[in-house]
Amino acid sequence: MALRGNLRDFTITQLLNLINLANKTGTLVVEGPSETAEVAFRNGKLAYAQMAHEDGSLAFVLFKAKKLSSGQFKSIQQRAAHISDKELGLLLINAGYLSQEDILTNLQQHFADIIQRLFTWVEGFFHFDNDALPPDDRISVRLDLENLIIEGSRQMREWEQLQDEIPSLDMALKFMDRPGTNLRNVNLSVEEWRVVSYINPRNTIRQIANATKMNDMEIRRIVYGLLQAGLVVTTRLEGAVVPASTMRVFPSEDKEEQKSLVNRLINRIRSL
Amino acid sequence: MQTVKMVVTGPFSAGKTEFIRSVSEIDVVSTERKISSASEKSVKESTTVAMDFGRITVDDDLVLYLFGTPGQRRFDFMWEILSEGMLGFIVMVDSTRPETFREARSILETFHAYAPTPYVVSANKQDMKEAWDIEDMRHVLRLDSKVKLIPCVATDRDSVKAILLELLYSILSEMENGEK
Repeated sequence: MALRGNLRDFTITQLLNLINLANKTGTLVVEGPSETAEVAFRNGKLAYAQMAHEDGSLAFVLFKAKKLSSGQFKSIQQRAAHISDKELGLLLINAGYLSQEDILTNLQQHFADIIQRLFTWVEGFFHFDNDALPPDDRISVRLDLENLIIEGSRQMREWEQLQDEIPSLDMALKFMDRPGTNLRNVNLSVEEWRVVSYINPRNTIRQIANATKMNDMEIRRIVYGLLQAGLVVTTRLEGAVVPASTMRVFPSEDKEEQKSLVNRLINRIRSL
Repeated sequence: MQTVKMVVTGPFSAGKTEFIRSVSEIDVVSTERKISSASEKSVKESTTVAMDFGRITVDDDLVLYLFGTPGQRRFDFMWEILSEGMLGFIVMVDSTRPETFREARSILETFHAYAPTPYVVSANKQDMKEAWDIEDMRHVLRLDSKVKLIPCVATDRDSVKAILLELLYSILSEMENGEK
């Protein structure tokens, strides 16, 4: 029977466990709420991973890992767009620019990152295409799944806790009103400073994540730290349109009548 | 007859039902059920599953309704319904159970997102020896200095009155500021 289903019924952890234990070969396609991932396995080991709408070329992976400068990356894209990953890898090794180990390590890290992202997906559909493997011109690896599953489970626990703390990314942040606290005296990482520079009641956490190119987990982790340190508080987005309530708060629209009503309430409560 | 409503919310066993009971002129219409969960049972025997409902008649023409929300997250589908058209809300926090502070903060944010009406935070069970200090609670709950965090004993009518009055003062003050 074809391996297909819903992530609500069968989690990524369970899927990877099954692939690992059954020594499966094929490609797992996971369609999440906004992205699709294709992950290939050979005899129960991770071979290749690719997000459908992201550049998964070797050149991009090396550029992202800072092994290629943006100039080198552009030049490869312009002049060597037709050559395969395997050919590019050989060229870089032969030119003495990178070793085979460098290339494999960076690809492994890139594929492992994609798997870790999958662990945060709780909604979506999956299917496993038996024996389907990545195209021959791509470089595949052999990565044991056990460590990825353990690390993923750890991240899932952290993810659940972060979701409890920051249930929505559509809230804005503002600096806590604490006279005497000077941000200059606080030791923040580069990533935290980047987030801090966007904190404003007019920006949602999601917008900050987009501007700083962070995923949900990364932005939640940083915002959680800033919240815990008492530097920021969550706030309603400035200028956000509040959905109109179907029930009126006051029986009358007249401001004076409303004030009179509140004063009547005050007098009544005092007299209780 | 005109009616207005306020919502009393907060984590499980924060004292919401007691709060309403202390000032309501009718027996609180409570939808309490025996608790089945062992961990929750160690805190109290029964809990509100839909809402509590209390009433204060102001005069011939005006009635204030107090709605208490169920505390457990699994009943949070009721929260948005109860928050519709509220004049303001009170977040009850059990000062003796710091393990619920995080939940209280999250409930506060959720209600404030439903309706940006004035609110006060009530630090309940302040008469107990284990109660946390108000200023310590303010830090842990990450409340801005402008947010009213008021000590409370939900079984004491005067204490409950003081909370309701503070909320009404906040509502009045916001109306006056809105006119400027």
